Amino acid sequence: MEIDVKHISKRFGAIKALDDVSLDVAAGEVFGLLGPDGAGKTTLFRILTTLILPDAGSASVCGADVVSQWSRVRAMSGYMPGRFSLYPDLSVEENLNFFASLFGTTVKDNFDVIAPIYNQLAPFRKRRAGKLSGGMKQKLALCCALIHKPAALFLDEPTTGVDAVSRGEFWDILSEIKSSGMPVLVSTPYMDEASRCDRVALIDKGHILTTGTPADIVSRNSMPLFAVKGNDNYSTLLRLRAMPEVAEAYLFGQDIHVYTQPGVNADNLRKSLDGAEVTEVSPGIEDVFIKLMGNGQ
Amino acid sequence: MKYSVPWPEMPPEMNKSFIAFVKKEVLHILRDPRTMIVALLVPVVQMILFGFAISTEVNDVEVAVVAPHITPAVEAKIDQLSHNPYFTFKGYIDGRDIDRTLASNEALAVIVFDRDYTINGKTQLVMDGSNPNTAQTAAGYLTQVLDDTSSSGLAPGVTILYNPQLKSAYNFVPGIMGLIFILICAMLTSVSIVREKETGTMEVLLVSPIRPVMIVVAKMVPYFILACIDLAVILLIARFALDVPLSGSLAAIFILSFIYIVLSLALGLLISTLVDSQMVALLMAGMVLIMPVMMLSGMLYPIENMPAILRGVSCIVPARWYIEATRKIMVEGLGFGYIFMELAILTGMTLFLIIVSVKRFKKRLE
Repeated sequence: MEIDVKHISKRFGAIKALDDVSLDVAAGEVFGLLGPDGAGKTTLFRILTTLILPDAGSASVCGADVVSQWSRVRAMSGYMPGRFSLYPDLSVEENLNFFASLFGTTVKDNFDVIAPIYNQLAPFRKRRAGKLSGGMKQKLALCCALIHKPAALFLDEPTTGVDAVSRGEFWDILSEIKSSGMPVLVSTPYMDEASRCDRVALIDKGHILTTGTPADIVSRNSMPLFAVKGNDNYSTLLRLRAMPEVAEAYLFGQDIHVYTQPGVNADNLRKSLDGAEVTEVSPGIEDVFIKLMGNGQ
Repeated sequence: MKYSVPWPEMPPEMNKSFIAFVKKEVLHILRDPRTMIVALLVPVVQMILFGFAISTEVNDVEVAVVAPHITPAVEAKIDQLSHNPYFTFKGYIDGRDIDRTLASNEALAVIVFDRDYTINGKTQLVMDGSNPNTAQTAAGYLTQVLDDTSSSGLAPGVTILYNPQLKSAYNFVPGIMGLIFILICAMLTSVSIVREKETGTMEVLLVSPIRPVMIVVAKMVPYFILACIDLAVILLIARFALDVPLSGSLAAIFILSFIYIVLSLALGLLISTLVDSQMVALLMAGMVLIMPVMMLSGMLYPIENMPAILRGVSCIVPARWYIEATRKIMVEGLGFGYIFMELAILTGMTLFLIIVSVKRFKKRLE
């Protein structure tokens, strides 16, 4: 495995940031780390990029141990931290040239790696990075992380704060990158992005809840799920939660999603809610996440 | 037999990344107007302020004269006074008007000549003491003029060497140099390193093959060059605008200043390893570095006048040694041999600071 994480734990004071986390990413695989803010995603990225030391467990990137062989790992990794971390007072070109030279290479030598992304940035190449739009900033940061042809790519919440169109484009680019055989570890708080990953791990409060392909995870945790449309979602939600046949109810977009106890069907629910609109739906990854988080409590 | 090398040897491309790093740093400085102002304008403004405006020199002392008989000897003295650029002769007044003349600021000093004044006869000096510094200095000047042969009685003939006119620029220029280099090197570098921590770019820099130490060395290069430009500007202003003689060896001034500049850079690096926000770095540099330079280095207040405790504290203020040595070279015209102790102390402090701050600079985030 190109990226191998074994039983990593890390605590900051009283807070357990990571608790016995294991995962692995193969060559040419996009592995998504899905979880809410504070789940421990950034801590794991920092351990894998040698920026902090784990308390327990071990991890390696392309065979190099992140603790004992940290300088090799640094030379091989492409890393894009969670916050925008380029120089806003330097132009697009200057940022790119700087990061290329930092790794002892040139933009010209490795242009093929970034060509598909850079073509979108080219019209703005003289613009200061600080004056780019959010989506363009992320693309530039990705270019800078890729410019030295890294052996492994680490992207910490690359799409956070970026508009939906740019997010879609960004994932298209990642699909292209992985076709070169590069392992990509990417984190996101957006559940809808799970489908763009080959495999995902759901992480919450430092625990990995489950790992697998998005379809696997959904089918493994499949059970009847109902969508309820009410006039007043809040009071309906409170009523649902008070009902003994309901295992879990939560707001989901415009609707309320309901997991029931075994043997309860849509008609039972409709009756108890005096004719509210109830339909059976197939659960998505977010439904699974909420259910798994509920189990953990 | 093969030995394992603790650090992979730096490939030639690494020199390129070092140069790219320095270039990037130069762009940051050139594109930040605030840094440019602090680095290039502040030294000039300080030189001009301290050199011309804030000066303990007394120019243009207005003098009125009371003389019952205007003897040839009195006329000769007045002639001498009015040709002296420091004095302006305001005319003769009556002995009863002395108070009024001083109170109305028509004159700062009144010379009262004896009834039958001959060469080196008796005189009396009445001064407006509302500003004691000015009065004292003016009295000193006047006494010298009135008493130009040192044959009169028991008063010792005072001769002030090196700076006979007591020009304050001689005193301030070394002080300003001590201050400017701390300001440029320590404050600007620490803020610039901490900015990378604050914005998160340090994370990306660390996850690269460049050695963590090279990150800070590359940062120091442009500030070192800036400080050298300032050194040249300050010396030029001192020599040609403030007429400081720069009588000692220029080589000694440069070597001394280079050591002090490197020391200031190391101080900046040390601060950057202690704090995580630009604001705190700025405060640290201001309170911990600049205040002691102003107060405890002998720049503004003579070290000899301080209480014993503060005199002791002043020994660990690098600027004290730098300013003392610079004065010796610039004003007294002494050479290397006389600043050996200061050079040794500054070099020791520099090495100590470099070792401590490089050790403290972390290769990781925690």
